[in-house]
Amino acid sequence: MKNRGWLFVIPALAVLAISAFIPLMTVINYSLHYIFAGSTPTFVGFENYVEVLRDSAFLRALVRQLVFSMGILAVEVPLGICIALCLPKRGPGVAVCLVLLGIPLLIPFNVVGIIARVLTQSAVGVIPEFFALFNYSFNVAKDPVDAFMTIFLLDVWHWTPLVALLCYAGLQAIPDAYYQAARIDGASAWKTFRYVTLPKLRSVLIIGVLLRFMDSFKIYAEPLLLTGGGPGDATTFLSLHVARKAESYNLGYAGASSFIYLFIVIVFSYIFFQLMTHIGKGETK
Amino acid sequence: MARIELEGISHTYDPPSVPETQREYAVSNLDISWPDGSANALLGPSGCGKTTILNIISGLLQPTVGRVLVDGKDVTPLAPRERKIAQVFQFPVVYDSMNVFDNLAFPLRNQKVPEKAIGKKVRETAEILDLEDLLKARITRLNAADKQKISLGRSIIREDTAAVLLDEPLTVIDPKFKGGLRRKLREVQNRLKKTMVYVTHDQHEALTFADNVTIIKDGHLIQQGTPHELHSQPASPFIGYFIGSPGMNLLDCTLQDSALQFSDFHLPVSQEMKNKLGSAGNGLKFGIRPEVVDIATREQAGAVAFTVSVIEYTGAYRVLTCDRESSRIKARVSESIPVTEGDRIWVSFPEEKLNLFFNEKRIV
Ligand SMILES: Nc1ncnc2c1ncn2[C@@H]1O[C@H](COP(=O)(O)OP(=O)(O)O)[C@@H](O)[C@H]1O
Ligand SMILES: [Mg+2]
Repeated sequence: MKNRGWLFVIPALAVLAISAFIPLMTVINYSLHYIFAGSTPTFVGFENYVEVLRDSAFLRALVRQLVFSMGILAVEVPLGICIALCLPKRGPGVAVCLVLLGIPLLIPFNVVGIIARVLTQSAVGVIPEFFALFNYSFNVAKDPVDAFMTIFLLDVWHWTPLVALLCYAGLQAIPDAYYQAARIDGASAWKTFRYVTLPKLRSVLIIGVLLRFMDSFKIYAEPLLLTGGGPGDATTFLSLHVARKAESYNLGYAGASSFIYLFIVIVFSYIFFQLMTHIGKGETK
Repeated sequence: MARIELEGISHTYDPPSVPETQREYAVSNLDISWPDGSANALLGPSGCGKTTILNIISGLLQPTVGRVLVDGKDVTPLAPRERKIAQVFQFPVVYDSMNVFDNLAFPLRNQKVPEKAIGKKVRETAEILDLEDLLKARITRLNAADKQKISLGRSIIREDTAAVLLDEPLTVIDPKFKGGLRRKLREVQNRLKKTMVYVTHDQHEALTFADNVTIIKDGHLIQQGTPHELHSQPASPFIGYFIGSPGMNLLDCTLQDSALQFSDFHLPVSQEMKNKLGSAGNGLKFGIRPEVVDIATREQAGAVAFTVSVIEYTGAYRVLTCDRESSRIKARVSESIPVTEGDRIWVSFPEEKLNLFFNEKRIV
């Protein structure tokens, strides 16, 4: 039995092959060779991988990246839910709120980075001036904590609206009868949230968490524009680290670290997906 | 268990900013009383205000005017849980993240009942509803009928429940489970003797469930009575047509010289009937149930000739649609009467089974 439907999928598969499969294979190929600035590649097996995993700069970038992404999830998801719960359900306020929430999402990454740079620049920026009022010298170019927190809050400002909008759409889809039944059953506000709202938001939250995890794991433009990954390596996240290596023509190392990077993203995304699909499904203990 | 009363209930969804004269009332001026432990139905077409009434009784909605009494006590200002009135919704509402046991236990846990008592009560309720084998089951695996049973279970699990309100509970149930669930509802009512109010737009569901049926139209109560009373003495032509299948035959007529004058025939009436009709002469509505119309295949004294235009078979009986020049009536007859479409038949209307309406009200 031949299924001619496959014929229609071929163009899509071809595009996918060119855009994803071939580059991925190239990266894997690089990662197994020693290549330096135009010299002939030598096959070295997994040596590049060993080198990457032993490289303390890579490991520091990885830990920093994990701390950052987990922090992002821990802040943006609850905050997004809270914002969604506070938005009006109907009336003229709805459109205004949605537009206001949508504005940050329309601003490109690099513009966000530049805005942050202007705002935090010592001597001219508003933020250092503000902290000066409390006798705190805020300086992203010198203080690692200031730089890290700036990137972190920037991301919260930029992307929490996405989580909020997803949750808002999810909330609108919950039929009134569930809330009425909870009132009849005498459920408290917390229990109503825990047993009605949260389970009904499961599917949008899965999407939100995965999107925010994968996106924050790829953060690049903002730290690059704010401090170039500094001070020291305080804001050198994984993608910045890998890109540096590629820029310096260490393609074998860059290939291996890219592949490890991809692997980590997939593993974590899978874990989140499994956890969130199965947690609290009323399965018998 | 308790007696539920509505006193002068009116409700509008319009905000107070809408001037008094322009407000549209979803229900108006309702006075209804349901005795303790009774099985009741609220019957009416979609959009007539049935859900609004239930929500007012359970406290989900504050009536614009009027009071709700439980055992004579005014509960209008109380929140739903304080009224101890439970409600089952049109779409089965279950808590997805809990198993069946926890779903049933939910109202008790909210009241902080000790776990041991909860376990006992849940098993008891599951037994009544035939859910024992499903107690550990994951909710998302169940069909709508079982979910609706769980929803019903949550509403009867509290001992102190004063009344159970059911809002079209069979609407989304698969036809093959409908009958079973309907019988279960009736059985639960018989066994627990809780006051129940069953809302539906389906006369069959209402008449089989309830001992006492209230008919609502456009937010007004138009008749309350036993299924038999509604069937034999409908208070208005609307009820006559709404109850029964097919509905009551309704024809316009006037009373002239000892006969009811129709557009294309007339029907002599007795002196007794004339007395009952009194002064009402013009603008009468004549009503007769299709079940009591007499059919003959040969000419008979006092019978009116009609032509059979359509015959519908239902298995047990046939419904004949019979036409004259401008009158049409339906008759429900047994299989044994030999007629085919196009036949001429003679129809007579037993006087003691007639209903006559004047100004939308039953006078005979
Ligand atoms: N939340 C609401 N806001 C405004 N109007 C409503 C609302 N709910 C119901 N109505 C109106 O009130 C009337 C009665 O509705 P409802 O009680 O739901 O009828 P039923 O349950 O008998 O179908 C309808 O005309 C409906 O449009
Ligand atoms: Mg309704």
